[in-house]
Amino acid sequence: MTTTLGAYDDVLDRYAPVLGLETHVELGTATKLFCGCSTAFGAPPNTQVCPTCLGLPGSLPVTNEAAIEFTVKIGLALHCEIATWCRFARKNYFYPDMPKDYQVSQYDEPLCTDGYLDVVVGGEAFRVEIERVHLEEDTGKSLHVGGATGRIHGATHSLVDYNRAGIPLVEIVTRPVQGTGHKAAEVARAYVTELRDVLRDLGVSDVRMEQGSLRCDVNLSLMPAGATQLGTRTETKNVNSLRSVERAVRHEVERQGARLDAGERVVQETRHFHEDSGTTSPGRSKEEAQDYRYFPEPDLVPLAPARELVEGLRATLPEPPSVRRAAFAEVNGFTAIDLEQMVNAGVLDLVGETIAAGASPTKSKGWWLGYLVGRANELDVEVSELAITVAQVARISELEDSGELTNKLARQVADAVIAGEGDVDAVIESHGWKVAGEDELIVAVDAALAAQPDIAAKIRDGNQGAVGPIVGAVMKATGGAADATRARELILERAS
Amino acid sequence: MPDTNPAPVADGGPPALTRDDVARLAHLARIDLSDAELDHLAPQLAVILESVAEVSQVAADDIPPSSHALAMQNVFRADEVRSCLTPQEALAGAPQVDQQRFSVPRILGEEQ
Ligand SMILES: [Zn+2]
Repeated sequence: MTTTLGAYDDVLDRYAPVLGLETHVELGTATKLFCGCSTAFGAPPNTQVCPTCLGLPGSLPVTNEAAIEFTVKIGLALHCEIATWCRFARKNYFYPDMPKDYQVSQYDEPLCTDGYLDVVVGGEAFRVEIERVHLEEDTGKSLHVGGATGRIHGATHSLVDYNRAGIPLVEIVTRPVQGTGHKAAEVARAYVTELRDVLRDLGVSDVRMEQGSLRCDVNLSLMPAGATQLGTRTETKNVNSLRSVERAVRHEVERQGARLDAGERVVQETRHFHEDSGTTSPGRSKEEAQDYRYFPEPDLVPLAPARELVEGLRATLPEPPSVRRAAFAEVNGFTAIDLEQMVNAGVLDLVGETIAAGASPTKSKGWWLGYLVGRANELDVEVSELAITVAQVARISELEDSGELTNKLARQVADAVIAGEGDVDAVIESHGWKVAGEDELIVAVDAALAAQPDIAAKIRDGNQGAVGPIVGAVMKATGGAADATRARELILERAS
Repeated sequence: MPDTNPAPVADGGPPALTRDDVARLAHLARIDLSDAELDHLAPQLAVILESVAEVSQVAADDIPPSSHALAMQNVFRADEVRSCLTPQEALAGAPQVDQQRFSVPRILGEEQ
């Protein structure tokens, strides 16, 4: 089945997007929410389980105090009100990822409410309002066997590992975000980026999207420009990288725009995001609301965070990422625009680490923002997942500064490192990459001038603009190893 | 995000539990009740609820609703790792085991 798509900007000329983001973050506590099982990632299946998190008869949960404190800290960092009294609730559903047949969550009494997080996109500030922050337990992991590519569809049976079941999971839900216009996709990405940085600075989670400790559901609806009535929204589940958040918004804008243009209605449903194609496909229809029969969890007593505790935690909050970044920009001479570009491209930390590894701020920024982000996009991976270390980038930058590599060669070196050919110096050695010497350069310049006598004549007549094609030919002849500035000088010299 | 809950029982009034309600709750709880069982159980459940609802007649406005029998709050555990079950112990009650995981029948719904 093919889906008709509108063009993103074209759709947003005529429709106003409304975003909503639900982010789940696994807390970095040592133990699970209601039992003493370890939360360490990557253990063999069903080795971090006990009667409580397996829901065996007679077991009873006891709340992990650190999980409550972490959640309160998240609420405070997001400028939320902290409840004076609230309860856990049972969410009843039948699905083998929860052995108890219910998940302990929070329903109408979340721990934190009414906050916000500010982000900047294209120099424009957007305030994303937070509706609620609540604490719940994570589910187990299912492996679907017998169908295509591990999906439920067509599977003959499923294998369940409960190591993850019961790990504290915080859900952060925004209010509908309006007024983003054409920046909807970038605002969504900037929000998740900013939230990730806030959570990391708080030290409450390792926020590794690739390991699933930070996961995002993206809600989107469109309404005709100027309308006040919200359109029908879709909820795209488990969008698990910053890049994918942006892509999921773009795709839903384009898909929903095409439907509305064709006079069709948008179906309220959950949709699945496909990393490979950047598209979404329909999941469960939400036309009929699920009935989870929430009720107050009878096995747990209420939570009443003392005001002294809350104020004590508030006093421990680190400065917000925006303050830390401003100091970083100041020290390294970056402008506000540089900063925003690096933050939203997700390379600020990488640039900082590359500077720390010895490269200049300008070169560090140039490498990540000007080249490696683009390479990551071409390779369809997150920039942080590129197979090149900050030390390697710093080394390449150093060789470029010292004139041992041209920019073209330096990029070839970076590509080879990313392709897994080896470390920087080994790659240069094995390819024999080095800047062309003066003799080699003169040979290439003379050959290029001889091959294009008409251009050589123009240069002789003082037409500086004619130098370009000859520089290009020299570059080609030397495999990018020519120093372009020196080549230009030689061309002017040898043409006359 | 929470979805809708069933409407709460009206203040103080007797809960109206119909045969259809019982059938729906049975379905949600995955209990397969026959028509005869519904005919038999629905009126009984209604009587139980009515009896419990009598409590609300003595509960004055100054008595807050309670979901717990214990007048306690903030019962916590320190974040310290305790030993877990071995995988053999954990999987001992599983109907089927494959790759050290619980093997369950094909899942017909969607992931939650
Ligand atoms: Zn456990």
